[in-house]
Amino acid sequence: MITNKTQIAGEQNKSMTSYLAPLVQQIQPSGIRRFFDLAAGSKDIISLGVGEPDFKTPWHVREACVYSLERGFTGYTSNAGMPELREGIASYLHTRFDLDYDPANQIIATVGGSEAIDLALRALISPGDEILIPEPCYISYSPITSIGGGVPVGIETFGKDRFKLTAEGLEAKITPRSKILILCYPSNPTGAIMSREDWEPIAKVVEKHDLIVISDEIYAELTYGGNHTSFASLPGMMDRTILVSGFSKAFAMTGWRLGYACGHPDLISAMLKIHQYTVMCAPSMGQVAALEALTNGMEEKDRMVDSYNQRRRLIVKGLREAGLECHEPQGAFYAFPSIAGTGLTSDEFAQRLLREFRVAAVPGSVFGLGGEGYLRCSYATSVSQLNEALERIGAFVALLKKERENKA
Amino acid sequence: MEQMDELKRKVLELLKEDARRTPALMATLLGADEEEVKTAIAQMEQEHVIVKYATVVNWDKVDDERVTALIEVQITPERGRGFEGIAERIYLYPQVKSVYLMSGAYDLLVEVEGRNLREVANFVSEKLSPIDAVLSTKTNFTLKKYKQDGIIFEDHEEDNRLMISP
Repeated sequence: MITNKTQIAGEQNKSMTSYLAPLVQQIQPSGIRRFFDLAAGSKDIISLGVGEPDFKTPWHVREACVYSLERGFTGYTSNAGMPELREGIASYLHTRFDLDYDPANQIIATVGGSEAIDLALRALISPGDEILIPEPCYISYSPITSIGGGVPVGIETFGKDRFKLTAEGLEAKITPRSKILILCYPSNPTGAIMSREDWEPIAKVVEKHDLIVISDEIYAELTYGGNHTSFASLPGMMDRTILVSGFSKAFAMTGWRLGYACGHPDLISAMLKIHQYTVMCAPSMGQVAALEALTNGMEEKDRMVDSYNQRRRLIVKGLREAGLECHEPQGAFYAFPSIAGTGLTSDEFAQRLLREFRVAAVPGSVFGLGGEGYLRCSYATSVSQLNEALERIGAFVALLKKERENKA
Repeated sequence: MEQMDELKRKVLELLKEDARRTPALMATLLGADEEEVKTAIAQMEQEHVIVKYATVVNWDKVDDERVTALIEVQITPERGRGFEGIAERIYLYPQVKSVYLMSGAYDLLVEVEGRNLREVANFVSEKLSPIDAVLSTKTNFTLKKYKQDGIIFEDHEEDNRLMISP
């Protein structure tokens, strides 16, 4: 119901859209946002729609931050981030992924991985440059490319390839205007990972066409049954890759907004210029917490990964038993089952699942090319919630089958 | 053998979180064979590694009057048996919920439960203190339980994450 008050306020709000930058006007609100609105306010919903850990930030990390606040550590840090943190990141990347970055001029701490990607794109794009984006993918790459004046070019990846990017698929989309390739493996939303063997042909294409790579490796710690291979660790790729990562997923630190970018000093220095004029530095308290996570958080991280792995097995088995085809995700914390056999679009499926069975999941279509016909189900939720959600999905799929039989 | 030990350890962790988990569910979570999980559980029950499947109850929420005391007991050990015999004499009383041998200022920590203060006080003065080997007792009544066996008693925090997020 519209109250008088809001009506009056509405009448007073004349449209201001004519003032907006055309680039921004063209951007569509995210499909996830629409689902968020649908789900908000409803009760008793089990959410498989959440793209963040269900753990709290480990206590020792929170405590390190609180202690630093008590000691009055509340000022700016250097623009690129606390030197100790950058050294911590360098040593972590060396140990975990065999990468060597100089903390003095090759690493910058950012406000989440999101800022790092934005900085990289803004530092690199000239108007009209084409940015290659394997899809389905994280929802932000394409809009921020457009806002930066670039032209997003989707590269469809397929369930039959377990959503891996192929050299042929990449090569087919390259034009003389292609400049940047954005990678995100382990993948949100598909859970796909890329092995060294998968990367090698991609690296050849990147070199042949002189592309710059922005590699979003925010889920690098969340792999199951195999270590993550960083794209920058391939021969010749380090200088042409901007590695983006952060603390949100591995250490359950989404709200801290702490990420980082690593790369060639020329690229990092350009990104630093934008960073210092827009945010000055990443939040100092977040930097303290991040350093503590890197220094003492690995055991806790392993425990969380173990728990995701258990739930991954449960959801894949459950979805298959419910009658949905589901490839085995090897990373991140999403299952990406096919709902194509149900006769509904992914949007219809997700809407009915939410309204009739009170399970929230995200339709694959919002993640770009190749996402239609799939559903993103996050398993970063408790075993009991997962079990209940799987039961409801099973009941929904059975109902859809009955409906189809009645029609036939 | 090492593999079995690893499986057993993981099964124990899962059961500690929720004792009602079925072997089938645990097998799925661990990517193990259901029969192997059943065998592991049976062996651990046999060996008394798994002693009992119990429920952690927050009695404060039940309309049921009861008090708990933690009693620090100093004793003279017996020749040849040390603390064992006296510990046994104490733990056989049904009022006694737990008995630990401690290092430090006293020897045994005895948890006693009764319906009211007087019942616990009577137990201490009539049963515990008169035991020959008992030198002294110090009774501490618990006022509120916040956490037991790793489980926090206050209502669980709501999952306050957004319903849908990128």
